[in-house]
Order: sequence, then structure tokens, then C-alpha cells
Amino acid sequence: MRLPTDRLQRRWSHKAVAGTAPLVIVAKIDNAMRLTAVDRKAASLGLCAGQPLANARAMVPALKAMAANEPADRKLLEHIADWCDGFTPFVALDPPHGLLLDITGASHLFDGEEKMLDRIRADLKRQGFAVTGAVAGTATAARALAHYRDGTVALPGADSGTVAPLPVEALDLDPVATHAFRRAGLKTIGQVASRKRAEFTARFGAAMVFTLDAALGGAEAPISPRLPLPDYRAERRFAEPVVVQDVLLSTVKLLAGRLAKLLEERGEGARCLQAAFFRADDGVRRIAVETGAPTRDPAIIERLFREKLAALADPVDPGFGFDLIRLEAARAEPCRAEAGGFTTGEKEKKDIRFLVDRLAARFGSHRVLKFQPNDTHIPESAFVAVPAQYAQIPALEWESTRRKKEAPRRPLRLLSPEPVSLLRSDGEMRFRWRNALHVARRVEGPERIAMEWWRAPAPTRDYFRVEDEEGHRFWLYREGAGSWFLHGIFA
Amino acid sequence: MSATREKIAFLRAVLAQAEPPEIRVPLGHPAADACLNGGLKRGALHEVFAGATHEASASGFAAGLAARVGGPLFWIRQDYAALEHGELAATGFLELGIDPSRLLLLRVPDVAGALRAACDALTCGALGTLVIEIVGAPKLLDLVAHRRLALGAAESGVTALLLRFGAEPDIGVAETRWIVRAAPSGEDGNWGRPVFAAELARNRHGPPGQWVMEWSCDDGEFRPADSGAVVRAPADRPSPAAMVA
Repeated sequence: MRLPTDRLQRRWSHKAVAGTAPLVIVAKIDNAMRLTAVDRKAASLGLCAGQPLANARAMVPALKAMAANEPADRKLLEHIADWCDGFTPFVALDPPHGLLLDITGASHLFDGEEKMLDRIRADLKRQGFAVTGAVAGTATAARALAHYRDGTVALPGADSGTVAPLPVEALDLDPVATHAFRRAGLKTIGQVASRKRAEFTARFGAAMVFTLDAALGGAEAPISPRLPLPDYRAERRFAEPVVVQDVLLSTVKLLAGRLAKLLEERGEGARCLQAAFFRADDGVRRIAVETGAPTRDPAIIERLFREKLAALADPVDPGFGFDLIRLEAARAEPCRAEAGGFTTGEKEKKDIRFLVDRLAARFGSHRVLKFQPNDTHIPESAFVAVPAQYAQIPALEWESTRRKKEAPRRPLRLLSPEPVSLLRSDGEMRFRWRNALHVARRVEGPERIAMEWWRAPAPTRDYFRVEDEEGHRFWLYREGAGSWFLHGIFA
Repeated sequence: MSATREKIAFLRAVLAQAEPPEIRVPLGHPAADACLNGGLKRGALHEVFAGATHEASASGFAAGLAARVGGPLFWIRQDYAALEHGELAATGFLELGIDPSRLLLLRVPDVAGALRAACDALTCGALGTLVIEIVGAPKLLDLVAHRRLALGAAESGVTALLLRFGAEPDIGVAETRWIVRAAPSGEDGNWGRPVFAAELARNRHGPPGQWVMEWSCDDGEFRPADSGAVVRAPADRPSPAAMVA
């Protein structure tokens, strides 16, 4: 609820500007500046969200008002959600200022719901957030309780009893419905629940009834997690946060060993692995590596992460240390059991794949390339360089334009076409390229290559092979009837 | 008894297969091979310097050497080299008779990256040849770096070719050093074949030399240029070995 003010105060806390004045966030709503959030001090002075700024100023002249910044709030919320991943993988955003955590099956790790809730609240409070929270059987009930009965842990099956005394506003229905209930004298959820559902369905629609049932624990609205849940994950918690990089890597290796067992049971290997380092104070750093073939060898995985960590532009900042490290196989594929390598070819292929993975982790997969033929006769597009990690066996065959016993017809090095000025005198062809004059000794051409008009209209090119007196062999072309370009150099 | 003998014969056959491949790879050019004691040494560092403006030729020469050595070819090149001297074209390799699908290309942003990747690649014995393209004379490429590459090549058996553009030959620990320029190709109608004026400027186990070689795209080997190109006689210098003796 205080997220926007907390965001600013957290930022200011590092500097000495954190004043003592009450802070409010304002935005233009219906052509008037209104408060959208107030901090604790402002709230204690009687200010509340929705008030016009002019009224607030009249009440508290020494008010500090800041413009709302919803994208920043949203980003902060996602940041907190990332951090909450350390408690359960099911974290969903409940905009504008809420988070829903599905702790089914996770609470025993923290000695029960109550302790878990206390720990989350305490940790967030320490990070400078005003936080309210509750645990209940359904998300709707938990949200209502978090807003109106902070710290409640509703016992399983006791949702209806806990939620019933809450005011109808806690259902977070649309204002018309809430207003209608108030006018009808139905002030609490319990009073609403005591009426026949059919009446509400007729007036407010089925969605309202569903929300009511969900709040009372009778219906279940599943939460959709923000991040896809991987099939394979292993994690390790530390009682004392760890800082040293070697420990991080050895932990990754240990987790990779555990993942390998899981993967092996299902005959799969990881194609994409993600390590998440949860900082004790705040924040998560996720680092992913990809492999060219399904892998489950912990030593290889550790090596890839070592390369990746060493090559990071912004190194992993441990802050006060990491208290949770998690390794996930974000993508897994079936992999054949490796029954020793008698065929030498297989082992060599594997070695090269490992080299490619290592270099891709260091330099990025777009830099480790393999050539594949392309179905076009335009010289610069006749081949493509694809990331070697993802390269499939191409459907096309390489097709040479050179016939047997002939000299090469395509250059070894292709430039992006550079304009040359051509000088012709007494049957001699000369051209100037990069400030050097080349006298053609032999010229052969033209080889006419039409551009693909169905893609983009471009003038036809007439290619000439030219050898100069020194032995340079150039590939020049004339565009249409006009200018000349140098496109490549033969070996 | 006979079973034992059979077993021994079988093991012999396995051993024969496992024997290391010929240490020296003949280039196909008789005079050059004689000078090199039979050919280019595998698992060693060789330098190929491009004469000024002859970078494409030197690339072709290096590609030819790699094709002679065989096996997968790993080519490391700097981003800058592609801008200045042209991107490697798969079709160009194809026309030289070299299968582009055997080629792995690594683009690195700088020299430090190139050397680092080269050391990594030299631990992978499955590669046939590693070509490291370096532009200019960076400080990082010092004697230590040279020695590291040479050691890596010797340990893994990968043949390392250091392809230098825009650099003057200086110190080095390479097995051989070539200075390559393009030479005019034949006078006949079928001109434009890759012909190199290759100078063997340094040869640790033999005399230096200078030849005009042609890369035969069909047979995949070097051969004396049979064209009318001027073939200069090899520089008549005594071999360092002979001098010591």
C-alpha cells in the first residue's frame, strides 16, 4: 500500500535528503491533483489516498508531494516478486501493490505458515517496506485479510469464519457493487454471504458471486505464476550467506549433480540451465547458460558457469552474501545414454560441442558460428552464419558455381560493397579503391546476377573478375548501368 | 593357442589404427615439402604473414594449409578484420574445394578475446586446425602469448596457424613463418586460380625458401604454378642446422 512512498524513501535513505516532512504521491485524476499514496507520517496526520492535493496542503502545509511513477512502482514490485521466489516458485503479481504467493507444500520448510509469514514480513520490513500479509486457503481470502487483518493465518477450512467479519470493501469488487451493498445494509462479507446467491448473480453477474465464494474458501481461483516452472530444479540454502565465488561455483556443481540424477531418471539432458543467486538483503541475480546438446555432466555445467561468470560485464555483486542458490534446467531434451565412446567420431563431436558451449558462454552464442547454405544466388546471401549451438543439419547441399578445372568464381573474403572509381583509357581498365590505383591485367565478365525483385527491388548487378598487375584478384560489379563497386577479393 | 594368436592379431590391428597420424603433412609442392622435411608439422604453431594488401591471399593460403592438415577447422577472427579485409565467405571456401560445413567461425571483439579463445580451442584435440586472425601488432601478442599457443598446439596436436595482417615479422617461436602475397595467375584462358608467392622466411628444421605455388581447387593440394608467372629461385641460404653442424 505504501509501495510508492517506500520506493522513494528507500532511494533517499542512502543520501541524507530523507527529510522529516510527511511524503505523499500525487497524480492527476479527473483533472485534479489527488493523492495516490501516503507514507506513515502523512497517514497519521489524517491524509489518505484519494484526497485532493489542495485539501492535503491545507491540512498539512509542510507536505512533500512527489509525482506518481507507476512503471517504477511496477518494476519494484517485480523486483520484490523475484526475491520472493526464494520462498516459493509460485509468485504472482497482484497489481498495483500486492503479491500472491502460493505456499502449498513450501511452508514446512519454514516451520509452518505462521513462521513463514513472520519471516517474509520481517525481511521485507528490514528492506524498508511497509508490509501487511496474511495466509488463507484462497488467494482472495488472503488478500482481503492482508488488507484488513494484517498477520492473520486462517486455519485450513476456517476461511469463512475469519473472513466473514471483514467489511464488504475487502472483496475488492467494483465500486458500484460495494456501494449497493452498503446502501442495502450489508456491511460485512458475512452479511453478504448470508443472502441468496441468485439475487446477486441477477444484479452483479457471476463474477461477483465467484469472488465471494473464493473469499469464503468455497471456490478456488488458481494463481498463475510469473515465471514458468521448470521440471528440474535443485536448491541449497545457507545459514550464513556466502560471498566467495569459488563457493558459489562449487555449490552450482553440487546442485548440478543433484539435477543430473533427476535428469537421468527421465533420460533427459539440459539444453538451458539457469542459476539464481538470492541475495540475503535484497534482489536476485539470474544467470543462464545454454548448451548445444542435452547435457547433465556436473563438471561441464560448472565449467560453463565459470566461463559465464568470468565474462559478465557487470559481475555478480554478492552484497551481504547469498543465502539461497538455485539451479534449474529451464529446457530439457531427451538424451541418449552415453555408453562409452568406442567410435572416435562421437567423442570428437562431443569435444567440439563442449568447446562451442564454453565459447558461447564466454562470448555469446551469436559469435560462435557455423556456415549453412542458403537457397539464393545473391552472393552475400548464398550462405548464412548461424549460431553453432543451434545449428541443425541443413536441408540444402552446398552448390559450387565453379566447374571442375576452373578458377574460383566466388571470392574468399566478401566486403560490404565499396564504391570504386573506374578509369578507362585506350582499352586499359584502371580503378581506384581505397586510394590505390589498380591496373587490370585481365578482366572477365559480366556475370549477371539479378536481384530478387519479389523481396526488394534492386538494380541488377554485372559482376567482373579482375586481376591486377600485382596479382590481386578482385570481384567488381556494376550496378545497373551506373556505379561500380568492389564486392570481394579472391585468394 | 590359436585363439591367443587371433587376439594378438586383433590387438595389433587396433594398435595400427590408433597410431598417431603422420606428423608432417605434405603440401603437395615438391620443393617446399623437401625444404620442410616432408611437410608442415602437425601440432605446432605456424605463422602466416600477409604482405600489405594481400590479406585475402594469405587467408586463402592459410585455408589451404588447413585443408591439407584436415579435420575440423576453427577460425577465430576479430570484428575489425571483417570490416577492413572482408568477411569470410563460405562460398569462397567451397570454391577452393574446402567443405564449409567443416568450418567453425568465432567472431571476437578484440585481441584479448582472440588469444583467450585460442588457448581454449587448443585444449580441444578434436580440432584439426586453428586459425587465429590478428590485425596489426598488438602488445598482448608477445613472446609469452606465442609460447602459450605453441605449447597448446604441441599438447593437443591441433595445428595452430597465426594469420597476421598488417604486421611486420618479428620475434616468434613458430615452427615455420610464411610471408604470402598474391602472384599473377596463368596466361591461359583459365586464369584466376589461387596463386601465391609464398616465402618460407623461417623454418626451424630446415632451410628457408621462396616459391610460387598454386592451390589446386580440384585436388586440394599445393603445386608449383605451371603458369608463365615468374618463379624466383629459392633464396640460397644455408640451413641453420647445417651451420650449427
